Amino acid sequence: MTNAAVHVEGQQHSLHTHLHDALASKATHTEGQQHPIKLYLVVWGWLFVLSTCSYLVDYFGLHGYLRWSLILLFMVLKAGLIVAVFMHMAWERLALVYAILLPPVLVLVFVAIMVFESDYTHLIRVIFFGSPT
Amino acid sequence: MAETALTSTGESPARIAGWRGIAADWSSDQRAFKNVSWGKAMMWIFLLSDTFIFSCFLLSYMTARMSTTVPWPNPSEVFALEIAGHHIPLILIAIMTFVLISSSGTMAMAVNFGYRRDRAKTAALMLVTAAFGATFVGMQAFEWTKLIMEGVRPWGNPWGAAQFGSSFFMITGFHGTHVTIGVIFLIAIARKVWRGDFDVERRGFFTSRKGHYEIVEITGLYWHFVDLVWVFIFAFFYLW
Repeated sequence: MTNAAVHVEGQQHSLHTHLHDALASKATHTEGQQHPIKLYLVVWGWLFVLSTCSYLVDYFGLHGYLRWSLILLFMVLKAGLIVAVFMHMAWERLALVYAILLPPVLVLVFVAIMVFESDYTHLIRVIFFGSPT
Repeated sequence: MAETALTSTGESPARIAGWRGIAADWSSDQRAFKNVSWGKAMMWIFLLSDTFIFSCFLLSYMTARMSTTVPWPNPSEVFALEIAGHHIPLILIAIMTFVLISSSGTMAMAVNFGYRRDRAKTAALMLVTAAFGATFVGMQAFEWTKLIMEGVRPWGNPWGAAQFGSSFFMITGFHGTHVTIGVIFLIAIARKVWRGDFDVERRGFFTSRKGHYEIVEITGLYWHFVDLVWVFIFAFFYLW
């Protein structure tokens, strides 16, 4: 019994030191999500940099797989920063994190289905419009 | 250590982390989200459902664009502007992106000052956020007007695939509606913060419940989500 309590205590502590290095003061922490303003400013700056990068992809007219992979890369990084820091997901318990972040991943299955479907539709349209009469 | 006192759930502070923690939280025969209030949990679940709505819009846009045999209008050209004699591609959308990101930054700081019970700064930052949001909606109205003047309709446009218009109006229209609702939400909560409702625990006129500064974070969750959706719209609709 005491063993388990010590175990839990230890894990809680490591979680703390891991996530709350940047914590301003422990005293204020009792009230919700408290993180230093500097962290938000740094993330803000990064979001600006990443947005500029994705705009430059278009400005320089990159195309093909290079364009698409860069767009996706910058998009995922921006989304990750917003969800993790601005929406405080990095500091929530995993029970909430997985409940919210896993379901949208299943949308990728829907994407795959619709890619096949639209390829098929496109093929049928090409054949139909291409055929004489 | 006592980080769990925030929602007054009467739970013991020691909780298991990691995968075992997920199992413990969900199988506890109690609330699954231990240190998250019902208000915040419900906002997250609403945002999850909203994620599916926007996913469906973007998916239908993808399907239309992939299956049409007519070339898709080049968004880089469609959304270009002439500024001081220079032809700049996609510039309006880039500015809108920066405006929305800035609003997310001020919102994050408003949440921070809210938990520090700094009434004036919280309300001011929320109003700045709302102003950025209103600017965004204004620029979107300009964009819509420009495109409608150029002949874009849900059933056709001068440059290519007819589905361009319907996808554009549906996706950006729904997003703009979200921004507008967010601006109203922000102003309503900023007023309560400014009035000191959460310091004196004044009861709400509708629910008769005491408010807390946590509502600033919940408003923030909604606002960041609006920004998040724009990240995906920007990537898939404007840049792709």
